[in-house]
Amino acid sequence: MLSVKHLIDTPSLTADDITQILDTAKSFEPLNNRKGIKKAPALRGRTIVNLFLEPSTRTRSSFELAEKRLSADALNMGGSTSSVVKGESLADTIQTIDAMNVDMFIVRAKLAGTPHKITENTDAVVINAGDGKHQHPTQAMLDLYTIREHFGHLDGLKVAIVGDLAHSRVCGSLAPALKTMGAEVTLVAPPTFQVDDPSWFGCDQTYRLDDVLEDMDVVYMLRVQLERMEGAAIPSRREYNRLYGLSLERADRMKEHAIICHPGPMNRGMEIDAEVADCARSRILNQVNAGVLTRMAEMYLLLGGEGDGVSD
Amino acid sequence: MAFLIRGAHVVDPQVGLDGVRDVLIEGKEIAEVAEGIRVDEDVEVIDGAGRYLVPGLVDMHVHFRDPGFEYKETIASGSRAAVHGGFTDVATMPNTDPVTDTGAEIRYQVDRAHAAGLVHVRPIGALTRGEKGEALAEIGDMVMEGAAAFSDDGHGVQSAGMMRTCMEYVSQFDRVVCAHCEDESLTTNGVINEGRASTRLGMFGWPALGEEHEIYRDIELCRLTGCALHICHISTAKGLEMVKAAKAEGLPVTCEVTPHHLFLCEEDITDEYDTNLKMNPPLRLASDAQAMVEGIIDGSIDCLVTDHAPHAAHEKDCEWEIAYFGTIGLETSLPLMLTRLVRDGRMSWQRLVEVMAVNPRALLRCRPVRIETGSHADLTLIDPARELEVTPDHFESKSKNSAFLGQVLVGAATDVFVDGRRMLVNGEVA
Repeated sequence: MLSVKHLIDTPSLTADDITQILDTAKSFEPLNNRKGIKKAPALRGRTIVNLFLEPSTRTRSSFELAEKRLSADALNMGGSTSSVVKGESLADTIQTIDAMNVDMFIVRAKLAGTPHKITENTDAVVINAGDGKHQHPTQAMLDLYTIREHFGHLDGLKVAIVGDLAHSRVCGSLAPALKTMGAEVTLVAPPTFQVDDPSWFGCDQTYRLDDVLEDMDVVYMLRVQLERMEGAAIPSRREYNRLYGLSLERADRMKEHAIICHPGPMNRGMEIDAEVADCARSRILNQVNAGVLTRMAEMYLLLGGEGDGVSD
Repeated sequence: MAFLIRGAHVVDPQVGLDGVRDVLIEGKEIAEVAEGIRVDEDVEVIDGAGRYLVPGLVDMHVHFRDPGFEYKETIASGSRAAVHGGFTDVATMPNTDPVTDTGAEIRYQVDRAHAAGLVHVRPIGALTRGEKGEALAEIGDMVMEGAAAFSDDGHGVQSAGMMRTCMEYVSQFDRVVCAHCEDESLTTNGVINEGRASTRLGMFGWPALGEEHEIYRDIELCRLTGCALHICHISTAKGLEMVKAAKAEGLPVTCEVTPHHLFLCEEDITDEYDTNLKMNPPLRLASDAQAMVEGIIDGSIDCLVTDHAPHAAHEKDCEWEIAYFGTIGLETSLPLMLTRLVRDGRMSWQRLVEVMAVNPRALLRCRPVRIETGSHADLTLIDPARELEVTPDHFESKSKNSAFLGQVLVGAATDVFVDGRRMLVNGEVA
């Protein structure tokens, strides 16, 4: 059992919660790797609403697959089909869906705090699939899974999170989760992309990528959201690539066993060069694979499952 | 109609009064202030023992939303809230729809307030047409119809050149310019104080500099134009330091603070995202709030105001980033001051009367109300022991968006006299 009822943010999770999620995800690996029927009855008869109020491809597909693998009944809402678009308030939307007796909401929203707001309007369990620039806890869990798979542990690792920190919910979830598990986190960004108060995450923050690169076990490159560039926080893609992009030359200077992660979707040639994205250090596709496993684990644990959910 | 308030502790620093007296009200005026006044049977006697009688309280910064947003508040409902909170006078900000930027719009408010017949409503006119910051509003026309001050509250005047023109123009009238200090090129999409709070809750920050930078600008424009400047809802320690320095130089600069910037800070905003704590300017650091408390006690802050900002339930019951800015305040302001500052002796009653009655009345260029024979009978009677739990039911205001819901406060107005008429009777609006 997790210590939380909902998965809203990572600062609320204990080290034991995170370990349970990662271990349970690991136990789902054989099922997920089956050649034949990739399905277990663990969540049969449970209704899960995928409420995606903001566009998402990989997170949404990952959740849908995770739901199907565990035999849950899924209802997809959002985008142009949602009544939120028609001006209905969030509270009304949630109360309406809640009246249909659902067990869980998976929520992706443009506005910070939306998942918490939903918990006030339903008894169902809520998983935050990304809220504004606040939190993206399921991304953090898949990242931790990927890193732990490579190193066998998380404590003592040195991790740099590099890129558009100011607009990043990934950073907001990943940095505290890594700290909870005993890793050391350094934030790297141009001053116009730095977080307002890095001490909240207990991290150092620098704009000198080259000074820290060689010391890192994990270099986690964030996507630069091109739609955020209109505020002129950086002058051009080209200059960003030159100063902060992970080039082959930079990748070659990393520690022998160090790995590269990226939450996707990538801007090849901007924050990460094409050949680096596909190099041996890259764990980017492992992250995608881990996404299904960890999301299965989160839904399973929050809906009251125990053990591995498959063998019994 | 005549009233005798017997045995109340009368506080009025304007006439050096701080002791138990009887006060006789006849018609619209105070007829006598003395000990042991004897009256005929037709005079209604109110036992003031254990209570405080002060000049009527004034809130020089409220939003009554009328015309344009009557579903949030009207001049009638706002007047009820004001009198319920112990106020005899309020000054209404001009960000109505249409914006209060002509004499006719000022006259509308004055007439509506007269029809409501509860408190004195002193409309504040816009500095620029439509509060757009582009062209002077008809300021002289508004003065002649009763405008008490001028402000583009809600936005501030973004262009320094336009603000200079406004202040130069206003300097020919005996009125203050109330400056909402916000440089929108710095505050952009900010919805919460920039720093720990914006990082913790993952939202765009509203930096202290966005306010301080305009306070600096407007103080310099005050020096240049000579126009009296009043800084609205000051919220940062550094902003207050600039005001203090300007005062020390003898510039005609004053400022005001709200109860929420005195008694709340960004740490009160938890991951529950309580939108009643979303304000403009935002709740700042605990150290800023501490500086505000010191400022209102030591005299560097001139007035307490509420920035009473009513919003309908659906405008607050939503995600933080799209919720409207503001909290209501008229019905909790005096109880908060009594509970948090006066009760423990940190603020004297004299000082309370200065910041809640004497100073704002002077800034609105209204005739002084003194507790002496012949003065206008706008008076507030306060029970310092009256307990009050802040619940939605407590409010006469149409809106219930209070940042202080759930708190238990001690001390409140029980009776309010406006023009010698008893508009609040034992805590109930007449």
